[in-house]
Amino acid sequence: MNDLLLDYLPIIIFLALSAIIGLALLVAPFIIAFKNPDPEKLSAYECGFEPFNDARMKFDARFYLVAILFIIFDLEVAFLFPWAVAFKDVGWFGFWSMMIFLAVLTIGFIYEWRKGALEWD
Amino acid sequence: MWENILIGLEYLFGIPIFGWGEDVGFVYKALLLLVSLLIFIAFILLADRKIWAAVQLRRGPNVVGLFGLLQSFADLLKFIFKEPIIPASSNKIIFLLAPLVTVMLALSAWVVIPLDEGWALADINVGILYIFAISSLAVYGIIMGGWASNSKYPFLSALRSAAQMVSYEVSIGFVIVTVLLLVGSLNLTDIVIAQKEIGLAHLLGVPWMNFLNWFWLPLFPMFIIFFISALAETNRPPFDLPEAESELVAGFMVEYSSTPYMMYMLGEYVAIILMCSLTTILFLGGWAAPLEIAPFTWIPGIVWFILKVSLVFFMFAMVKAFVPRYRYDQLMRLGWKVFLPISIFMIFIVALILQLTGWGWHGGVA
Repeated sequence: MNDLLLDYLPIIIFLALSAIIGLALLVAPFIIAFKNPDPEKLSAYECGFEPFNDARMKFDARFYLVAILFIIFDLEVAFLFPWAVAFKDVGWFGFWSMMIFLAVLTIGFIYEWRKGALEWD
Repeated sequence: MWENILIGLEYLFGIPIFGWGEDVGFVYKALLLLVSLLIFIAFILLADRKIWAAVQLRRGPNVVGLFGLLQSFADLLKFIFKEPIIPASSNKIIFLLAPLVTVMLALSAWVVIPLDEGWALADINVGILYIFAISSLAVYGIIMGGWASNSKYPFLSALRSAAQMVSYEVSIGFVIVTVLLLVGSLNLTDIVIAQKEIGLAHLLGVPWMNFLNWFWLPLFPMFIIFFISALAETNRPPFDLPEAESELVAGFMVEYSSTPYMMYMLGEYVAIILMCSLTTILFLGGWAAPLEIAPFTWIPGIVWFILKVSLVFFMFAMVKAFVPRYRYDQLMRLGWKVFLPISIFMIFIVALILQLTGWGWHGGVA
């Protein structure tokens, strides 16, 4: 087995252990707790009324917009990580090239701000 | 083939002795970490309720055990003996998978946290990136739970929560980048050690005043942004809009009962403590003593680490007690229109200063 994979082996094992703890907690009440289901108890909660219509309704498109903006800026962060780690070695050239990249994104950010993509009223 | 399996088994199970030496099996170390973490969480939960009660001049839980110390364990038993309810209209598998995902992801980030020098279970090179990735995934637990419940409040709450968590994820990412600019490594142990070797105390000629070295001072605005974003990221008050009682009853947890509900709470508190220890590692010097002189250096690093984590959690709890809940549009404005521009600008400033001073702290004093 190569060393790189060996570094990540503990993570897999740790994931498995936390899954086991989680599963044990999840299964426990289904085994030991008293169960007496009836249709009223199992219906979805909606202020004590009968549910009006399906819960998976239309929702505001702005949530969608936030998700798209998130992808752009999170990718930007992903680009910044290796740059920040190698910052000592990249010098002024590396500094300015990343600043130009940031400037382009900032222009896009100003555009979407002025367009009202960040407004919640 | 068989030799490899034997080596693997020895690595996993080793010789079970007490201690963190090389020859202790990994599984025992991991279990020790997980169990002590869960017990710590039990007391942190109690502390949270006690602090909240004290601010409101109440007593808080005080019946089970001395001063209510065993309250969380009693709660665990209560949850296990409660009837588990799965709504008839829900998607049952995803409904049960969601709390499991939440707990699993929250716990699994702990494998890279260095509790003391060399105590990280997996001292990988990309530690902070791993934590960043895992904490981004945490939103899935809430989305899955909210959608699978097939009920209105959970659905609305899941949408809100997803938008809120991803918004503050961005500013957390930018804050981490400024720390990385100073350190030049993604390894969490390196980040802590860098705070010992470079910094303001060295420049002032008082290298034993360790607390001046830590990054909270030179990166003070980022420290504040990180703290507030951590509150929003973990759905803590004043940003607990996903479970705002006055609007959404209990948010994405409306349909949950028994241990699935408890697992959401557990996952939330594990994530909060993770954020507290991340604040400690990035800005408060990790396991290092605040003053590098005799009585302080005798105390082992793990104790300092726990003390600092508790201090940061105390601030979390006080914020919960003091600050009224934000409105959703205020929350999004704070994230996108205040924190994001400030943190992008601070990356520019920090990089410029480091470049102008010729990587001063790194080359100069260390």
